Amino acid sequence: MDLNSIGAVTMPRNRSDLSGWRDGDAWLAGGTWLFSEPQPRLRRLVDLSSLGWKPHEASERGLSLAATCTIAELFRLDLPASWSAAPLFAQCCRALLGSFKIWNMATVGGNICLALPAAPMIALATALEGTCLVWTPDGAEREVAITDLVLASQCTSLAPGEILRRIDLPLAALKRRTAFRQVSLSPNGRSGALLIGTLDPSGAFALTITASTRRPLRQVFPTLPDAAVLADSITEAVPATLYHDDVHGTPDWRRHMTFTLAEEIRREFENESRA
Amino acid sequence: MILHVNGHEQDASPLPGQCLRTMLRELGWFGVKKGCDAGDCGACTVHLDGEPVHSCLLPAFRSEGRSVTTIEGLGGPCRPGEGGAQPLHPMQAAFLGAQGYQCGFCTPGMIMTASALDQGQIGDLATALKGNLCRCTGYGAIADAVAGVARVERPEDARDDPCGRSIPALAGPRIVSGSAAFTFDLAVPDLLHLKVLRSPHAHARILRIDRADALAVPGVVAVFTHDDVPAGRFSTGRHENPLDDAPDTRVLDSILRFVGQRVAAVVATSEAAAEAGCAALTVDYEIRDAVFDPDEALRAGSPLVHDGADQPGDDAPPRLSHPNLAAEVHGEVGDVAAGFAEADLIHEAAYDSQRVQHAHLETHGAVGWRDEDGRLVIRSSTQTPFLTRDALANLFGLERDAVRVLCGRVGGGFGGKQEMLTEDLVALAVLATDRPVKWEMTRQEQFTATTTRHPMRVRVKIGARQDGTLTAIALHVVSNTGAYGNHAGGVIHHGCNEVIGVYRCPNKRVDGYAVYTHTLPSGAFRGYGLSQTIFAVESAMDELARGLGLDPFEMRRRNVVRPGDPMVSNSLEPHDVEYGSYGLDQCLDLVASAMDELMPAETPSADWLVGEGMAMAMIDTIPPRGHFSEARIALQADGRYHLDVGTAEFGNGTTTVLAQIAASALSTSPDRIALRHGDTDGVGHDTGAYGSTGIVVAGQATLKAALSLAQALREAAAERGGGAPSECRPHQDGVSTSSGEIGFAEILSGGAIERAGKADGSPRSVAFNVQGFRVAVHRSSGEVRILDSVHAADAGRVLNPMQCRGQIEGGVAQAIGAALYEAIRVDDRGRVITQTFRNYHIPAFADVPRTHVLFADTYDGIGPLGAKSMSESPFNPVAPALANAIRDATGARLTSTPFAPDRIYLAVMEAVGQCDGPV
Repeated sequence: MDLNSIGAVTMPRNRSDLSGWRDGDAWLAGGTWLFSEPQPRLRRLVDLSSLGWKPHEASERGLSLAATCTIAELFRLDLPASWSAAPLFAQCCRALLGSFKIWNMATVGGNICLALPAAPMIALATALEGTCLVWTPDGAEREVAITDLVLASQCTSLAPGEILRRIDLPLAALKRRTAFRQVSLSPNGRSGALLIGTLDPSGAFALTITASTRRPLRQVFPTLPDAAVLADSITEAVPATLYHDDVHGTPDWRRHMTFTLAEEIRREFENESRA
Repeated sequence: MILHVNGHEQDASPLPGQCLRTMLRELGWFGVKKGCDAGDCGACTVHLDGEPVHSCLLPAFRSEGRSVTTIEGLGGPCRPGEGGAQPLHPMQAAFLGAQGYQCGFCTPGMIMTASALDQGQIGDLATALKGNLCRCTGYGAIADAVAGVARVERPEDARDDPCGRSIPALAGPRIVSGSAAFTFDLAVPDLLHLKVLRSPHAHARILRIDRADALAVPGVVAVFTHDDVPAGRFSTGRHENPLDDAPDTRVLDSILRFVGQRVAAVVATSEAAAEAGCAALTVDYEIRDAVFDPDEALRAGSPLVHDGADQPGDDAPPRLSHPNLAAEVHGEVGDVAAGFAEADLIHEAAYDSQRVQHAHLETHGAVGWRDEDGRLVIRSSTQTPFLTRDALANLFGLERDAVRVLCGRVGGGFGGKQEMLTEDLVALAVLATDRPVKWEMTRQEQFTATTTRHPMRVRVKIGARQDGTLTAIALHVVSNTGAYGNHAGGVIHHGCNEVIGVYRCPNKRVDGYAVYTHTLPSGAFRGYGLSQTIFAVESAMDELARGLGLDPFEMRRRNVVRPGDPMVSNSLEPHDVEYGSYGLDQCLDLVASAMDELMPAETPSADWLVGEGMAMAMIDTIPPRGHFSEARIALQADGRYHLDVGTAEFGNGTTTVLAQIAASALSTSPDRIALRHGDTDGVGHDTGAYGSTGIVVAGQATLKAALSLAQALREAAAERGGGAPSECRPHQDGVSTSSGEIGFAEILSGGAIERAGKADGSPRSVAFNVQGFRVAVHRSSGEVRILDSVHAADAGRVLNPMQCRGQIEGGVAQAIGAALYEAIRVDDRGRVITQTFRNYHIPAFADVPRTHVLFADTYDGIGPLGAKSMSESPFNPVAPALANAIRDATGARLTSTPFAPDRIYLAVMEAVGQCDGPV
């Protein structure tokens, strides 16, 4: 929609152009959320697309995703065969409520920084132990784990003027097997619970819980737990008040589905190891 | 900046925060639609350098130097105003062939998306089209279009008798090319824009509005408050008889009765300035206690929604037994207590139906101006142009002929546009400023401040003997009409009528209450009260059949009325409803046998439980107490006919059928009928397009006019030496007579030949619908999947099978939305929190099954050429049929819609545990 309160757009070419953040500014990445709701308090947009950040870069350390990498670019990524976690990328893209047309514009960083519980890029980054590189307004930078960046629904630890530059996914995480479960109130609806399990070649298991909770959670187990241990662990890690409540699912249903999907994931790995 | 649009360079200067959609429309590309304005509906889809994008989300400045293709240019290069490129792109042609649209508002975006899909995406339309919403079709025709399956017959194939043939919509070529002009698809010089400041409080009195800062905003032309409006009260609800709805509304009121009510209006030279003007208004409120629940509202001492102390004078709303009661209905036939005493089994429960929104993709809005004669002209997205004209004339003290109301193409209605929600303010602004004024509601306003279906709690009690014979029916109905009484009485009366009139039972009692609360107003909605009460009664019938060990179809067969039976709901007063035809028996048999014959779909896994359910509905074909229409038809020398009809078309296909009816009577083809409609300048009066009256009333008027004209042509031919009029036969190119052919030019040599016809909507007939579902329900998550959907309809003689099928597919889909997903959520302060499509989920492609549509073979003695209505009624049996199927699958009796997983999983798990159900 038209953002009639916007008086100017700046087109930074490099990092130094990003200084001078002031109240009423907003970083413009894909614009798919900014332009989807009234933004009466905004006065100026800073267009990140002019910075020309390389969308993604694979190396021996893992995969780096620029905040401005679009969902479409992520979906089209051709990943090395040894990266067992590769299927997770397409699964998380498809979990986005928006259609493939939105993928052409929406960005990985935008999805994370909006910090909706259902954000599939938060799920992806959490399951793959993503680290966020944040540029601070004083020209410095800091690294923060994705689970420390996203604090609650539409709430992050980013200070005014800070910007998410990059998400780094370590190689070890990319070499894990994954199991993906998602449920929503309608067949292609917004996720009410989105859980991802990862199984390390060492046998270590991790469970990522998103969408059902107000912030992403990742629990690590040295080996695949049995059902009771897993359930107890979730009970301990997720107090009732942490389950998200909005029109896309009641907290009690999200809690129920969290336990159900977690157990399905556990069994998937258990069955694989038996086979 | 420079960009390329549809193959041509264009220069544009977008505002910094402007989206591409607005810029393209300003450049004259009106095919790019504003549906949700939030990236959810896809109506604005264009191609940017070949990639499909939602142009409402794309900052316009990002299109600099790039190449944009809109629907108009999909077939090739073209310029604004040329009507779109020819020849059509194959996908446009496919949508034409399948008639993959009804109102057509979503169609440009749907085609732009479909034309960009690869083969893999075409194989998975549920995913590929999840960013495109259609409210009319139910997606069946869209799937056919993308697959290249044709649904239409060519008009030239249907010359013998176009009635009964699948003639394509006359507007089709304009719709698929993006050149059909909807309400706002026109450039108006010197246009002012109107925006409204809305109440943040559920109940408040305005103490003061300071407009100085608003008037100081550059571009602001005027500010209107309750000090500037006519004193008269009216109802936004439009009915033939204005007294049907309590006059409880002012254009702007000093008392605010719901969050979202108009506080003040600002008109300015741009939308941005009008918005800024609203933000600059300072308002002091005296906040009052509010009541949101209808039961609470009826308690003594509850806050009053319409307090007589606030509105002294003669035109205060009429008072019932409680000041918060907007309307009530009571009646008993026989002896209900005695009937229940005779029953072997009684089912009693309360069933809740929630608020749902019409969600037509074109929001409410109007553009007004003064014409060269100084008349007030309002171009509006309305179902009732004539009744709106009358209301405006009355409100502003103008003669009727000093006001003209007309429609562009209307982008969906579903009852929501049987209201005057924008025209009064636009008229006020035009009269005050003497300039053209436009007010296009935002999607947010559509959700928070228009109307919804009436939420209802229906307590039903039905008794039956061991053999299934009903002994007594009692309904206690409470509807929440919200802050205003528009349609409060009509809906409560209609909702308590056919639902039990269809059952033969000597003892019936109804108590219905429509209650004011401090919430957004309810209004007319497809089904008009019946969907809510039928959910209750048809669920109860299912429980009785189960309890008695009877097949649910058999349970109905034993109890439904048959021709000759009186149709009685809650009174023995005479009425004008007759059995013009009767196909309920056929509908029951059709669905029962189709459900038997369908190969049961494979159960997804052992976690899914499968069950079947059915429900039925009866509806009077026309609203009561008169529904009027006029038609006028004139022969042209070239063999074409000009047909003027008052009724509006909002995607329901009425205009196609009117052309078919006229062509049939005149033995010509429908493409020879040039139709003008939805314009108060066209004919004297028309009640409007509501109550599913497009065919049965407007069609009746058209038939009378066309038959009269055919007779006039025979007489004119006879006068010119053709022998007796009865021997003369009009056809496509002239009139055949015993002495040879007489051309139309000669027929017209004695002067113009024009005839009129009128219909008054009485007597009325009855139409029937039966829905069957097979569903799978997940025993733990509560997810519901529809495996099979069968719908049988008794529409009398089906004048256009493709369109009638489309109405049914669309009605079933809309009802699936209301039964499974949709709910307007109102918080504890009366605020609507579902303000976008991503938070108010209407069915997308993935949510709607194919519905097998079957027609009863009947011919109505009352409707034109044997036809009956079939627009609202397919909606009505869907929720109970789903509830009954879920009950069959799981044992859980659900009494509250929607059956969303988070609302039903506990009931399902409990029921499955209890009965240790089938696995």
